[in-house]
Amino acid sequence: MTTRNALELKDVKKNFGRAEIIRGVDLDIHEHERHVIIGPNGAGKSTLFNLISGRLKVSKGSIKLFGANIHNLPAHRVNRLGLSRSFQVTNLFQNMTVIQNLRCSLLWSEGHKYSFWKSVLKQSPVTERSHELMEQLNLIKHAETPASLLTYAEQRALEIGCTIASGAQVILLDEPTAGMNRTEANDVIQLIQRMTGENTLIVVEHDLNVVFELADRISVLVYGEIIATGTPEDIRNNAKVQEAYLGTEVH
Amino acid sequence: MANNTQAGSPSLLKFWPWVVIPIVALILPQIFSSGHSINLLSHMGVAIIFALSYNMLLGNTGLLSFGHAVYYGLGAYVAMHVLRSINDAGGEGLPIELLPLVGASAGLGFGIIFGSVSTRKAGVIFAMITLGLGALVHSSSLMFADFFGGEAGLFGNRTQINSLFGIDYASSVSVYYLVVVWTLIAAILIYLLRKTPLGWMANAVRDNPERAQFVGYNPTMVRFIQFALSATFAGLAGGLFVITDEIVNDEVVGQLQSGAVLLGTYIGGIGYFIGPIVGASLVTILESSLSTYTEAWVLYFGLLFISIVMFAPMGLVGVVHQQYLAWKAGGWRGNGYIRIYLLAAALIGIFGLICVIELSYHYFRSWDPSAPFVLMGVTVDATSFLPWLASFCIAIIGFGLMIFHAKPILARLTDAKSDGGNA
Repeated sequence: MTTRNALELKDVKKNFGRAEIIRGVDLDIHEHERHVIIGPNGAGKSTLFNLISGRLKVSKGSIKLFGANIHNLPAHRVNRLGLSRSFQVTNLFQNMTVIQNLRCSLLWSEGHKYSFWKSVLKQSPVTERSHELMEQLNLIKHAETPASLLTYAEQRALEIGCTIASGAQVILLDEPTAGMNRTEANDVIQLIQRMTGENTLIVVEHDLNVVFELADRISVLVYGEIIATGTPEDIRNNAKVQEAYLGTEVH
Repeated sequence: MANNTQAGSPSLLKFWPWVVIPIVALILPQIFSSGHSINLLSHMGVAIIFALSYNMLLGNTGLLSFGHAVYYGLGAYVAMHVLRSINDAGGEGLPIELLPLVGASAGLGFGIIFGSVSTRKAGVIFAMITLGLGALVHSSSLMFADFFGGEAGLFGNRTQINSLFGIDYASSVSVYYLVVVWTLIAAILIYLLRKTPLGWMANAVRDNPERAQFVGYNPTMVRFIQFALSATFAGLAGGLFVITDEIVNDEVVGQLQSGAVLLGTYIGGIGYFIGPIVGASLVTILESSLSTYTEAWVLYFGLLFISIVMFAPMGLVGVVHQQYLAWKAGGWRGNGYIRIYLLAAALIGIFGLICVIELSYHYFRSWDPSAPFVLMGVTVDATSFLPWLASFCIAIIGFGLMIFHAKPILARLTDAKSDGGNA
């Protein structure tokens, strides 16, 4: 079985004024794979995510999602083509409850668009799906809790849930375990593995334990360039990577 | 900010305002039966629709508009032209009951035109564009006298037009009942709109436009549709105004009108559905009655607005709601007297402040300051020392007691209580 590519990046460049942050990235991400991007601080990982998800415009090059060009499309159009993302800083509808957050995330993918002639609460597929998601996220007892009152780990879980709820096949997670202790991070990793079964997953991550547990393949981004892509084993043994990145942190 | 996306199960009890308020509205003209009060009540209805439509932008979508009167006023002008052409045709054509729909379609049309320009960005940019559009339309209302009737405005006659039900609208009571019906229809529609996917996403876009994009929604489109719908209801209010007043002039599209709806909505409370209803009613009453008592009514109006913005950003309804929640949670137990004391001290302080303001107005504005004038039922001489001293003393004692005595006591009592709860 040949796997098709979910995402194809060709010579993607991004500069802010004269500062070149992304300096020609070529990257293929296969469908259904779990791909982790690592790299030192300031390597441009978050910028790369912002380029893929349509939050920033690319300066040069192309990004294809299932063969369709998505670079320089606005973020909501990229989302409708099947890509969603979470953020490094928790990014929810803070004033809404857990179930309201999930309902909002489901509305577009359930085809309700901008309709103003039907009641949200009467759409039973939306209600059922949000209950399903809450159960998977272990948030059912917090259904009516405002998102801003959840613990940090719960907020991250809800954000992952919202990201998945939008019906995307390709999911970008920006440091899902940032600021968590070991147990919390493990819970989140299990949650991600449970929730994203068939989806293509691209994760930016600092925590190397997480990286090697989660990844099918790893790409290493250093100063705006990908210096290596391969299986965890390849990356572990890659001399260039050890020199540039791992060598300083892994014994 | 309160959400309109509550998921709680609807119970019959929650619908009581929808039953009680219309009944009160129908009884009111029996109690206040003078022509002046009936007109005032009709104006309140129009103002309520206008303010509810404004809150679709400010409260629900987070869009601060300084030019909402444009849609109200243009709706009124178009409805007026239709009324005049019906008058000219001897009353044949559209029945009067449906005239507000003409205003609504005009509001929708102009909402689509101007909304497509202004809703691309939220925040300051949106506010500035609405301000500019407001000024543009207001100045054109004086430039194009053919359409806008110049400074004199346009007149129509609500009696020379057919009625669907054969009602004679010469009497202001029947006009009032028409206003009540339309206000109810508009309020129900605006309320239901908040429950729809668009209403939910308007909240979502207000709170976090970026997240909204990553669940597939275009924030600009959400704002635009919400804006156009809001302009529709503003136009409806304008069309209704044509029936109540039978005259429109440049004031209806003016900046003062835009400011008044912002003030009323905010004073009532933008986070609550009934906030604009309370605010618009209050502002309409104050505008018409306060101005007969005092010259300084605009000042009081401004002071009320400033104190709401500074001390009670949730508006009057928000204050009442918070107190109600505190009372329900038992937060009043053992300190109810202190709360009443606090309120009384504040009222005394406000009373003193009003005396000072009235004295100053008389002293600086009257061509003969020493002429005797009546202050709170007492005839005083503004050039003598005593009334000033008394007024200042009352103000200082009132506010002093409130800030330095009642407030610390209340704070201590409630702190003790919440500490006990935490322990």
